[in-house]
Amino acid sequence: MKLLAIDTSTEACSAALYVDNEVAECFRIAPREHAVLILPMIEQLLGDAGLSLNRLDALAFGRGPGSFTGVRIAAGVIQGLAYGAALPVVPVSSLAALAEGVRRERQQSRVLAAFDARIGEVYWGAYQADEPGRMVLIGEEQVCPPKVVPEPAAGAWFGAGSGWRAYIDALTSRLGNRVAGFDAECYPHAADVARLAVAGLAAGQAVDAERALPVYLRDNVARKMSD
Amino acid sequence: MRVLGIETSCDETAVAVYDEAAGLLAHALHSQVELHRDYGGVVPELASRDHVRKLLPLVTAVMQQARSVPEDIDGIAYTAGPGLVGALLVGASVAQSMAFAWRVPALAIHHMEGHLLAPLMEADAPAFPFLALLVSGGHTQLLRVAGIGAYRLLGESLDDAAGEAFDKTAKLLGLAYPGGPALARLAANGVPGRFVFPRPMTHRQGLDFSFSGLKTFAANTVQQHGDDAQARADIACAFQEAVVDTLVIKCRRAIAQTGLKRLVVAGGVSANTLLRERLATLAGREAVALYYPRLEFCTDNGAMIAYAGCRRLAAGEAPATRDIVVRARWDMQQLRPPAA
Repeated sequence: MKLLAIDTSTEACSAALYVDNEVAECFRIAPREHAVLILPMIEQLLGDAGLSLNRLDALAFGRGPGSFTGVRIAAGVIQGLAYGAALPVVPVSSLAALAEGVRRERQQSRVLAAFDARIGEVYWGAYQADEPGRMVLIGEEQVCPPKVVPEPAAGAWFGAGSGWRAYIDALTSRLGNRVAGFDAECYPHAADVARLAVAGLAAGQAVDAERALPVYLRDNVARKMSD
Repeated sequence: MRVLGIETSCDETAVAVYDEAAGLLAHALHSQVELHRDYGGVVPELASRDHVRKLLPLVTAVMQQARSVPEDIDGIAYTAGPGLVGALLVGASVAQSMAFAWRVPALAIHHMEGHLLAPLMEADAPAFPFLALLVSGGHTQLLRVAGIGAYRLLGESLDDAAGEAFDKTAKLLGLAYPGGPALARLAANGVPGRFVFPRPMTHRQGLDFSFSGLKTFAANTVQQHGDDAQARADIACAFQEAVVDTLVIKCRRAIAQTGLKRLVVAGGVSANTLLRERLATLAGREAVALYYPRLEFCTDNGAMIAYAGCRRLAAGEAPATRDIVVRARWDMQQLRPPAA
C-alpha cells in the first residue's frame, strides 16, 4: 500500500508518504505559507522514496474543518494530483487526524479535538480509539461556542488543539473533571491523515478527484440583502 | 503546443484548451451570478467555495470537448492575479498540482493580459504595436502594447473602474446585481439630454479616469427628480452617455498622443453597444482600425488564459517554480516578454 497525504487546515503544513506501514513526513508550522510549501514537500517525499505519483494507490487530504483557505488549498492540490494521476482520494477529517496524532504520541484513547474557529466558536469533535486502535468519531463534528460543546460520556478525556488555548476557561467550566489534561500546541499531521486514510480506503471511503471537497462546518458566511 | 487554461479570479469558473496550430479547441464557463445575486455583489468566500466544486468537472468536460487526453497537453496556464485571493488560489492549486502530475509547465497568467490578447485569437488579429483600452468591473486602463509582455500604462482609473461604476449606479436605480448590462438596457428607454452628467477628468490633461463621482451624481439626481420609471431610465441614459463619452475622449487623446493606428478594446464593458457605436465613429474619423474579442470573450473566460499561456510557452517561456502564488493586485507593467 502506497499513499500520499497532505494537511493544510491549520497553521501547520504537512505532507506524508505512507509506504507499506512506514510513514515519512514533512511538517512545518508556517502560517500563510502553505501554498508555497506544499508542492515542494510532496516533490521531496516522492523523490526521497524514488516514487512517482502513478506508482501510488491513493491520495488523502485533511478535508477540514479548519482555515477555509487552508482546506481549499489542500482540496485543490489533491484534486489536481488525483485528476492528473488518475488516483482515488480519501478525505479525512482534520480533527480526526489531530486526535489520531494525540493517541499515537501520548497514548491517549479518548480525545476532545478543538480548533479555534474564531468569532467565539470552536470546531469540535470527540474521538475514541476502537479495537484496532484507530480513532473513531463519537457523535458529530460541529462548530459551536465552547460553552455549549456536547458533553462526552463520563470518564477522563484529553483535550487537544488550538481551541484549548483560545477557550480554555469556557471549555473547562463546561466539561469539569472530564478533562484529564490538554495540549493546545498540537496540530493535525499528514502522517496521521495517511494512517486514517489507509483504514478509510479499506473501508471503501475513497472518492474520485471531483469529490475531493472541503468540509467547512461553518456555512453561514455571508448575509443576504433580504436578511 | 497545446495548453489547458484555467480562470478563477472572480465569479466565473472558466476552462479552455488552445492549440497553437488548430486554435481554440474547446471552452466552457460556469457563472456564479445567481449565487451572488441575493447578496448584491460578489461574496469572496462563496466564490471560492463554488470554484473548488465546479473547476474539475469543467476541466473534464472541456478535455472531452477538445478530444484531448492528458498526453496531448503541453502546459497549463492559470490566472494568478489580479483578483480575489481565495478564488485565485483554487485555480492556482489545481493548475500547479495537475501540471506536476502531468510533468508539464504551469504558467501564471495576468488576468488583464488575457483580456488584452483575446482579440489576437480572431482571424483579423491586430499587429503590434497597438493602443489598448481595457474596461471591466475591476479595471479601466489605456496601454501602449509593443508586444506580448511589453506594456506601458498611459492612464487608468484613479478610483472606480468603469464597469464598477455601471454596477453601483445600477444598484442605486434598483436593478439586480450585476446591474451594468441591465442599466444599458434601461438607458435605451431614456430621454437623452434630460439630465447631463459631468465628464470626469476630461477638462484636465492626461489619460487618467475617475468614475466614482458619477455614482454620487446619480444618487443626487434621483433625490432631486424622484425615482419614477422614466426618471430612472433618463438617469441611466445620462450616466451611460457620460461614461462612454469620457472613455471615447480619452481614447481620442491617446491616439493623438501615441500616433498608433490600431485600437484594441477588451474587458466586460467592451460589450457595451453605445461604446462600440461611438468608438466606431471615432475610429472612422481618425483612420484607426478597431479590434474587439468576440462577444463571449469580452467578459471573463478560460480561452484568453489558455491563449496567453500558449503564446508565452510557445515563445520558450519556462516557469521555474511550483509555488502556488497569487496576487490580489498586480501591475501589468511588471510583466516581461516571454523568456526561456
